[in-house]
Amino acid sequence: MGLDVESRRVVEVEEGGTVEELVVNVGPSHPSTHGVCRVIAHLDSEIVTKAEPVIGHLHRGIEKMAENRTYLQVVPLTDRLDYVGSMYANWAYCRAVERLASIRVPDRAEYLRVIVCEMQRIASHMMAIGSAGADSGAVTQFVYAFDQRERIIEHFEELCGARLTYNYVRPGGVSHDLPEGWIESLLAFCESHRKGLDMMDKLFFGNVIARGRMKGVGVLSAEEAVAWGASGPVARGSGVEWDLRKHDPYSVYPRLDFEVPIGSNGDCYDRGRVRLLECYESCSIIEQAIAQLEPGAIMADGVPRLLAPLPGDAYDHIESARGSLGVYLVSDGSPRPYRMKVRSPAFCNLALLPMLAEGHLLSDLVVILGSLDPVFGEVDR
Amino acid sequence: MAIVDRLGEKLDGGRGGSVILTSVDALLDYCRGKSLWAMPMGTACCAMELIAASFSKFDFDRHGTIPFFDPRHTDVMIVAGTITHKMAPVIKRLYEQMADPKWVIAMGNCAVSGGIFYYDTYSVVRGVDEILPVDVHIAGCPPRPESLQDGVLRLREIIATESIAPGHKRKGAFTLPRDAAEGDGE
Amino acid sequence: MKITDLRDHLCQVYPDLCPLFSIEFGDGVLAVPCGNLFDAASDLRDLGFDRLGMVTAVDQAEEFELVYRLQSRSMLAGIFLKCSVPRENPRVKSLVDLWPAALWQEREVFDLFGIVFDGHPDLRRIMLPEDWEGHPLRKDYRDERMIRRPDYI
Repeated sequence: MGLDVESRRVVEVEEGGTVEELVVNVGPSHPSTHGVCRVIAHLDSEIVTKAEPVIGHLHRGIEKMAENRTYLQVVPLTDRLDYVGSMYANWAYCRAVERLASIRVPDRAEYLRVIVCEMQRIASHMMAIGSAGADSGAVTQFVYAFDQRERIIEHFEELCGARLTYNYVRPGGVSHDLPEGWIESLLAFCESHRKGLDMMDKLFFGNVIARGRMKGVGVLSAEEAVAWGASGPVARGSGVEWDLRKHDPYSVYPRLDFEVPIGSNGDCYDRGRVRLLECYESCSIIEQAIAQLEPGAIMADGVPRLLAPLPGDAYDHIESARGSLGVYLVSDGSPRPYRMKVRSPAFCNLALLPMLAEGHLLSDLVVILGSLDPVFGEVDR
Repeated sequence: MAIVDRLGEKLDGGRGGSVILTSVDALLDYCRGKSLWAMPMGTACCAMELIAASFSKFDFDRHGTIPFFDPRHTDVMIVAGTITHKMAPVIKRLYEQMADPKWVIAMGNCAVSGGIFYYDTYSVVRGVDEILPVDVHIAGCPPRPESLQDGVLRLREIIATESIAPGHKRKGAFTLPRDAAEGDGE
Repeated sequence: MKITDLRDHLCQVYPDLCPLFSIEFGDGVLAVPCGNLFDAASDLRDLGFDRLGMVTAVDQAEEFELVYRLQSRSMLAGIFLKCSVPRENPRVKSLVDLWPAALWQEREVFDLFGIVFDGHPDLRRIMLPEDWEGHPLRKDYRDERMIRRPDYI
């Protein structure tokens, strides 16, 4: 597809005769596409008759690069996949490596991974909820949500020195133990975060304009969600009970008590609200994990710098903020992966866009795209 | 310090009363430098820091830099993130749509040189230099929002040396004579 | 569901698939000839594997190994479905009719590996520009713009 699209097209309709169709090009540099997505929207007056996403503007070839790097050197690359939630890709990759090399991770490291990943879930959902506000015209919501996100980023910065690309989870454990006073400040954050969530719930999800913009828009049925491979809040918003933390439990999640919020209508509103409710659960998981945290090693013994697992392939997946994030690794016995494949939840969720957007207003296309919460580092890889 | 920076003092008690003499260059550079509207060309991870820089904690607006998504209204393009061969023509076209005078900031290692995506990849353009003339490079993966703000202030220094005469660069911003500048305060 | 229970269940319902089943790194793997891929996938879907998680391929020098990851919500289990297609003229039947999730994932495999999926309604490049030459995730892909990373870094 070239840069230019035909702006008007004459199409024949079933009843006979022709209508003129307007073709609008949205993106790839557009504030509401959440990155570098391009959507070619065919319009009948203001109704979208066909929306065709064009992705790949951020295809960086990470899977190819991984083939010429050692197992440890791939970890920083996984940071750049899902840049709103870097910890997840770190963790999914490390789990696949650990499975391949049969490394057992110490308990404390598992708890630290759970804590940082639940923090990351809050940070990522704040971005999604905030941009849902910005997409539907409520920029104030974005500012409030970003404020909450910024506080988590500060904690991450104290923990591992980076604001965005953490490289924290490593094969065998994590890179740093907790700094002094970090837990207290995190608990204080959880307390204040709940108040922030209450406020956002009333301010945004209770707002009549926001409800009007999001209720009944982009409805996804449960059957479609399963058939299209949707996962994460997109599937759960449609009432599909599918959360790997519960349904394929990994790490220490079986020892933690939490609910999985489920929506019922499968519209943009439910997808957004499921994210908000998940943040409450994440706060509770963080508090439980901190209560169960015991001193100990943060890195497995005897993990060599130059890992060379036996030939074979391994797949492992975790529940990221966007859904089931899987990493498939093939080893040929050398210190470099023979093949790495990232199963990206955002990629599968974004494939729903043409179906969801059809028959809605052009302005709703933006809301629907936002409710799928794509991150293009992960979609395009 | 440019004359215009001390405009208030000059107007209040200067010998010329409310009349001040300066050059067109100095006045234009002053105005351009202090109201840089930015086209946020955020493609990847750095875009997150670009957003963070505009929000409450870092508050980009206080430098007069407002992110605005229309290339025709903006002065500086902040290229934040990896540029792929598929994205490069889009960036080039958006740059061409911007009105002169225009500047480019390359934010982050990917936009500077390809960064972590320099080797072994088939689809990444190694630095925005290959397609656009870059004025300020900001290193970091990703750079902190403070670095970005520092980059914008550096760009302002560059703008202060520009001249409307084609091909002419001023040595530095016009300054007040030393005695006049110091004498004003007494 | 435990992986051994899954094997028993599979052998009970589809005895002809049973000898193709193996366990690697705790995951069930069903390796089928590519001609039977669609039928095997259809059987597995009827067995309860209702989600197509991942479609990918691995370049194994002489041939491409196609890897499908299926997930079952009712059995809480996952399984790999694998088949090998020859390097020359790689073609395989598309699974779009079973799971629409394959629509984009097969396009990605087509784009990066050049494997043609018969019956796919919209088989175009998805990641790379349409005028791109070659399929970069093949091991023999060469591109003059690509700089090989030296071993000492």
